[in-house]
Amino acid sequence: MRLKSEKWLNILLVSPSIIAVLIFVYGFILWSVRVSLSQWKGLMPDYTWAGLQNYRDLFNDPRFHIDIRNTIIFTTLFVGGCLVIGIFLAILLDQGLRGETFFRNLFLFPMAISFIVTGVVWRWLMNPALGGRISGFNLLFDSLGLDFLINRWYTVPNWGMAAIALPAIWQMSGYTMALYLGGLRAIPESLREAARMDGANEWQIYTNIIFPLLRPITLSALIILGHISLKVFDLIVAVAGKQLPLDVPAIYMWQTTFDGNFYGRGAAIGILLLLSVAILVVPYIRYTTRTETEQ
Amino acid sequence: MRATVMQRKNWLYLPLLAMTIFYLIPLFIMLNTGFKSFAEIDLKTMWQLPREFSTDNFAAAYRALAPHLWNSVKLVIPAALISSALGSLNGYVLAKWKFPGADIIFPVILFGMFIPYQSILIPLVSFMDQIGLYGSLGGLILTHVIYGIPITTLTFRNYYATIPGELIEAAKIDGATMLGVYRHILLPISIPAFVVVLIWQFTAAWNDFLFAVVLTNNANWPITVALNNMAGSQIIAWNVQMAGSFLAALPTLLVYVLLGRYFLRGLMSGALKG
Amino acid sequence: MRSYKFILLTIVLMLVLAACGGRSSQKDQVEVFSWWTGGGEAAGLDAMIEVFKAEYPDIEFVNAAVAGGAGTNARAVLAGRLQANNPPDSWQGHAGQELIGTYVAANQLEPLNFLYEEEGWLAVMPPTLIPLMSEGGNIYSVPVNIHRANVLWYNPSVLTANGISVPTTLSEWYAAMDTLKANGMEAPLALGEQWTAMHLFETVLLASLGTNAYNGLWDGSTSWSSPQVTTALQDFQKLLTYTNSDASALSWQDAAQLVINGDAAFNVMGDWAEGFFREIGSVPMQGYGWAPTPGTGGNFQFLSDSFVLPRNAPHRDAAIAWLKVAGSKAGQDAFNPVKGSIPARNDADRSLYGEYLLSAMNDWASNTVVGSLTHGVVANDSWKSEIDTALGLFLNNGNIAAFQAALAAACSASGPCQ
Repeated sequence: MRLKSEKWLNILLVSPSIIAVLIFVYGFILWSVRVSLSQWKGLMPDYTWAGLQNYRDLFNDPRFHIDIRNTIIFTTLFVGGCLVIGIFLAILLDQGLRGETFFRNLFLFPMAISFIVTGVVWRWLMNPALGGRISGFNLLFDSLGLDFLINRWYTVPNWGMAAIALPAIWQMSGYTMALYLGGLRAIPESLREAARMDGANEWQIYTNIIFPLLRPITLSALIILGHISLKVFDLIVAVAGKQLPLDVPAIYMWQTTFDGNFYGRGAAIGILLLLSVAILVVPYIRYTTRTETEQ
Repeated sequence: MRATVMQRKNWLYLPLLAMTIFYLIPLFIMLNTGFKSFAEIDLKTMWQLPREFSTDNFAAAYRALAPHLWNSVKLVIPAALISSALGSLNGYVLAKWKFPGADIIFPVILFGMFIPYQSILIPLVSFMDQIGLYGSLGGLILTHVIYGIPITTLTFRNYYATIPGELIEAAKIDGATMLGVYRHILLPISIPAFVVVLIWQFTAAWNDFLFAVVLTNNANWPITVALNNMAGSQIIAWNVQMAGSFLAALPTLLVYVLLGRYFLRGLMSGALKG
Repeated sequence: MRSYKFILLTIVLMLVLAACGGRSSQKDQVEVFSWWTGGGEAAGLDAMIEVFKAEYPDIEFVNAAVAGGAGTNARAVLAGRLQANNPPDSWQGHAGQELIGTYVAANQLEPLNFLYEEEGWLAVMPPTLIPLMSEGGNIYSVPVNIHRANVLWYNPSVLTANGISVPTTLSEWYAAMDTLKANGMEAPLALGEQWTAMHLFETVLLASLGTNAYNGLWDGSTSWSSPQVTTALQDFQKLLTYTNSDASALSWQDAAQLVINGDAAFNVMGDWAEGFFREIGSVPMQGYGWAPTPGTGGNFQFLSDSFVLPRNAPHRDAAIAWLKVAGSKAGQDAFNPVKGSIPARNDADRSLYGEYLLSAMNDWASNTVVGSLTHGVVANDSWKSEIDTALGLFLNNGNIAAFQAALAAACSASGPCQ
């Protein structure tokens, strides 16, 4: 009797969230799917059936090809950069140095600031001008005699997107560090001691014991960083404005919908973005639920 | 013995200091520019300190932002509290009371974290308009609460999953109800997870621009929108803009400085670990 | 038991939040929507609101300005509100096809011919302006200000030092910049981010094609595939060779500043640049000079911010009152000196305006008026966004044939070329 009423209470407790999510997430997604299959172009809704035409057009659209290329470049560098710097800093801070708290907070703080705020600063820092108008990092490198580091930043043809990963890494690497630090602290000292007893050197301890144990953390960091990078929008607009060499799907979607009134095409880009996120996320969700059942 | 260990480790400060500089450079440029006069702003001299430090820009920025500061506070506190409370309840139910379908419901909720917000603005505006919340802070709060549910639920569910089932079984045998278990056993030990989630949601809502700009009217603009407004579409006073940027970021920075320790402790204790 | 209270509290909180949002206002009001939230344009709007309040003290003015993104955010919000059938009483838009192609096409706007007749505006606005704001004989908006797009800003001392006179044709311009390059100036023509390239592009189209063929591009009588257009694209490409390599990293202000600093000799930008020059303390004809973009003399390539009357305005009479103020001499003379533009009317109080604006007024009254592409006069939004993408690709790959094909395709897909 009590069990039964508690079952209903369970459902009652989660139902507001579920209803809200059903409307605000799935309702809106369904709406987008429907729009993406329509001919809607112009201010007012036009749900005339267009089949997959918007999707087919996108696959032949040179701009969308640039978007895909840029997304791949950005995601690889951003996620890779955050993971490498994150684990590096976490291992450094795990050595029991003095001032650890200070460094931890310092590395975490960029996450607190929005790109609406820091975007312009990065735009200045990565100013690509050379010669007489040199400024930003290039000017710094110039006066430090590090001329080989001077580069054109985000205006490098085809690879400009790589520079945009830098501010993104600046923002999220501290967070990745915190995740890894948490993981390192959770590994019992006894494990390392035992390995040392067996004659393993520090490097072997890391590669054979610690890194494998950190794998679940890498996985969840991968998901969080991955979905941020697929949706990246504010950062690019703040740093570089809207320009084609640095175009990504989210910017194309925004511009084509609200600057160009191509609602059907915009919705199709949104759905493709969502699908690519799903490819990343669904296996992760299945993995976590499966490992939990095993436990 | 100890001294040699310390000496051996001293070189570790080198990479740490290098990273410190990397993390602080943007902040330095922001403040440095904020203290300059408009005529002194030139990309070529961005590294040079201002000829004379003037706090006028900060005063001007404060005047422009102050009316909207309160809106941000009114927005962020309920948004963070409600979504955390909901997340905690969801996490509890989904982690500890596996009713039929719970395994489907969790991923269904979680997936909401990943939608690109730019693509759902049109139905969002229409929906808010239909329920009469368009333009108000209430509508914006509701939006932040709802799109916060996935991350808060995820955090609490993972956090509660680490709590041994025996503890709960024991309480049930003692006659505790489902909500009693939550109130007396889980809630008291949830502080680290709450800190993580509250900070996360505080930051997200405070820094949000996209939802705020499309959902609120002038009277209810939060500080990010006001900050954006300080820049005319034609002439941008970068010094005032930078000063304003710093002021707008202060509350979140303060939260991180004051609660950073708990935030890390929460992160390390299993929340947000997936 | 306590836990139930906790949940109850949560629910009550949500309900209170929901109740906070009700709209209530009995007094007659007018909600005017714009993206003028900062700088001179916001100050100008405030000045015009003062005029409105003095004339209509009983109507409450609700300023529904939306920030950011040079209007893109505002357009997103406006689209959402119109699709939800909750229009503001009036909104800002660039006069011409930007309004017509989007809002008139969606049957959202009332024609304003009656207002023009009542207020006698047809007599005080240039006759060449009216067709550019009309569709099928109906006028759909009230222009508050006029900006000029085809302005060449130059650094007088750089020109003097190099023995160059202000160029008036494209070939003179090339020659001048060749001289400057030979004298060691890396990039004589300052350029900024992508939209400023489109701005340069439209003035080159006008210079290379001439007034009639340029206008023909937008009504379908000039073919985008014609050899004339190929020549214009080649001119554009040639001009790009004189520009700075970091263009995509510069805002329009950064680019304009290069001229003031003497790092570049020329910049093509709308005349809001003049407000910027003054702001940074530069003096007209000493720090900067101006002329029509080479090859476009006698043409005034304009853009205009204007206000409209929606079909289902909640407060139609109040909206009309606002439009009357926006089109009036008092309203325009309040707005424009602050914003740094000239009135659309030609009977303004000339004592309120500075040296540059007075010269612009003279040209506005005497020149042939043609419309700007970048700023919404000649092409509808869909068409313009396709041109923008084609231009972006061209800046990337420099392929003229592909650029021209994409421009022709854009005209067929979203313009008058069928």
